[in-house]
Amino acid sequence: MNAAVSGLRYRLFGSISNSLLTVAMLAAFVMLLPPLLRWAFFDATWAAASPDACRANGGACWAFIHEKYRLILFGRYPYEEQWRPLLALALAVVLVLASCSLRFGWRMVLGGWLLGTAIILLLMRGGTLGLAPVPTDLWGGLPLTVLLAIGGIVCAFPLAVLLALGRRSRLPVVKSICVATIEMVRGVPLVSVLFMASFMIPLFLPGRLQVDALLRALAAITLFSAAYLAEAIRGGLQAVSPGQEQAAAALGLTYWQTSLLVVLPQALRHAIPAIANLFIGLFKDTSLVGIVGLTDLLLAAKQALADPQWRTFIVEGYVFVALIYAAFCFFISRYSRALERRLRNER
Amino acid sequence: MNHLLRNGLAGAMLMATCAGFAMPAQAGTTIDGIRQRGETACGVSTGIGGFSIADSSGQWTGLTTDFCRAVSTAILGDAAKEKFVPLSPQQRFTALQSGEVDMLTTVATWTLTRDASLGLLYAGVYFYDGQGFLVPKSLDLKSALDLDGASICTATGTTSELNMADYFRANGKTFTPVVFESQQEARAAFFSGRCQAFSADMSYLSSVRASDAPNPDDWQILPEMISKEPLGPVVGRNDLDFFTVAKWTLMALVEAEERGVTSANVDEMKDSKDPGIQRLLGSSGDMGEKLGLDAAWAYRVIKRVGNYGEIFDRNVGPGTPLRMERNANALWTHGGLMYALPIR
Repeated sequence: MNAAVSGLRYRLFGSISNSLLTVAMLAAFVMLLPPLLRWAFFDATWAAASPDACRANGGACWAFIHEKYRLILFGRYPYEEQWRPLLALALAVVLVLASCSLRFGWRMVLGGWLLGTAIILLLMRGGTLGLAPVPTDLWGGLPLTVLLAIGGIVCAFPLAVLLALGRRSRLPVVKSICVATIEMVRGVPLVSVLFMASFMIPLFLPGRLQVDALLRALAAITLFSAAYLAEAIRGGLQAVSPGQEQAAAALGLTYWQTSLLVVLPQALRHAIPAIANLFIGLFKDTSLVGIVGLTDLLLAAKQALADPQWRTFIVEGYVFVALIYAAFCFFISRYSRALERRLRNER
Repeated sequence: MNHLLRNGLAGAMLMATCAGFAMPAQAGTTIDGIRQRGETACGVSTGIGGFSIADSSGQWTGLTTDFCRAVSTAILGDAAKEKFVPLSPQQRFTALQSGEVDMLTTVATWTLTRDASLGLLYAGVYFYDGQGFLVPKSLDLKSALDLDGASICTATGTTSELNMADYFRANGKTFTPVVFESQQEARAAFFSGRCQAFSADMSYLSSVRASDAPNPDDWQILPEMISKEPLGPVVGRNDLDFFTVAKWTLMALVEAEERGVTSANVDEMKDSKDPGIQRLLGSSGDMGEKLGLDAAWAYRVIKRVGNYGEIFDRNVGPGTPLRMERNANALWTHGGLMYALPIR
């Protein structure tokens, strides 16, 4: 106990500058925390049918969230059918958690994902097994955000591995194609790729060959994240010593065997922090699809805030959405750290 | 190698799942396409209270979405369905050009440039709007010209700033624009005292005064309207029959109000002796046939969405959070601009 106190004293008041910082931070806490707590909890309105109650109480108006949470979380998915995206979301989270736990072999994981994806699409789209069909333009909110993020990274992964390997290839044509793709996609903002996919592609394609808007956005995100992911993976590839490759070649393994069985597993291990970083960025970047009219979590919140009755409660709306994004990103970063630690132990 | 093959197959299957769905093909003309799909696709704004907005259960409500329902009902009858595609201002015209939607029922101002250069047609005006000023009553202003030298809050990305510059230059006055990225910020800045006036479309100012002002009676909207913003439905030029249907659906809504036909009394009105009402509701004449529709097209439209006055009152009228008066949107017989061309 005594040691703890002296340790704390050393850390907080060890030097003059430390003491000053400690006092300043304490003062800031004392000044900011009570009003924040009062706003967020004590004066807050938790449930009310109309915004008048919120105005009377003065604090945060969580009644806005109470009124609009279904719209924010599920967008315009048919109200009575919203258990379906909820179930699909839960299934996606279970799949991610199961494959992240590394307890199952890749066969199980791959099989699980194929089956899971089929079930999720079936749940979301309906049309069979007595489920009412729901066209993709009604998909929205958190399920759409998660779908775009996971779909984007999963579809981007094989493409990124090919691009990364291709960029290191000794074949000049393969190499230049890969370099050109990566540099071209990385050289433009995601918004412009989305614009291209959403508005220009339909103009080029003949009338009967139109691709679903959601799919176009997913393709744009996939292409975009693949270019970044390829560079992250290439960084990992460079960290693998050339001796590994040479040893594999000496054993008579082919190029693909060497790459897939020897080099890539080690390279991906090195690239974990960069990949997690990209995924967190991608998860938040999916909010850009709002610009092309897909109702992701953020646009759904904005639509909820467009209601003239409730539109004064901007802060509450954005805080709610921010908490959801933060929770997801926190999980991703914690998981990536745990994964690194575990893989380090395994070596 | 077997290993690899299976890997490849699994990868291909994954890609196939990612790429598993495609849109149905588009038919030749717009009306045929709508009939084939049994559904009208309308582009709407992503969220403007009273005009097109998803309510708490995700249903689209609003004046412009109701117009889409009206046209859809005129073509498809009782089984009419609508697909609302939320579009940002940047993408709305492209979405119509590419055939992703059949009609735009957004809040797009009808201008010569848009009518002439986009390959599109405006089918009429369902809301007359215009830019105005909201000021605190404490300033005791009589006219917008009294705002000489004032700071005025407004949002960027619209023509608001240009309109103001034109107006003040034409009248030899000066002002300081305080421009914000969104209406929310501009509004908040105005109420926190950053500017003497807030400029936006009248429809928006009216709702800001009613819903956002600390005390609505302390604020006034100045009488001057410094720009004209007629909002109307937009259709493509590839199907002039569809253009005609959209145009006359709007006329029918206004005509119904002129003749006192509402969603409540439309069934009785069907037996009316008035030849005008008979022609409108299809009890006599062949108005629907001339449009390529059935005789009772307007009857069903009014049964479903009501006449123009009902649509206005339900979405933006005094009983809603927007609390708008009819003003320019009143019938011509009440001093407004809503005038139905003769249905005969």
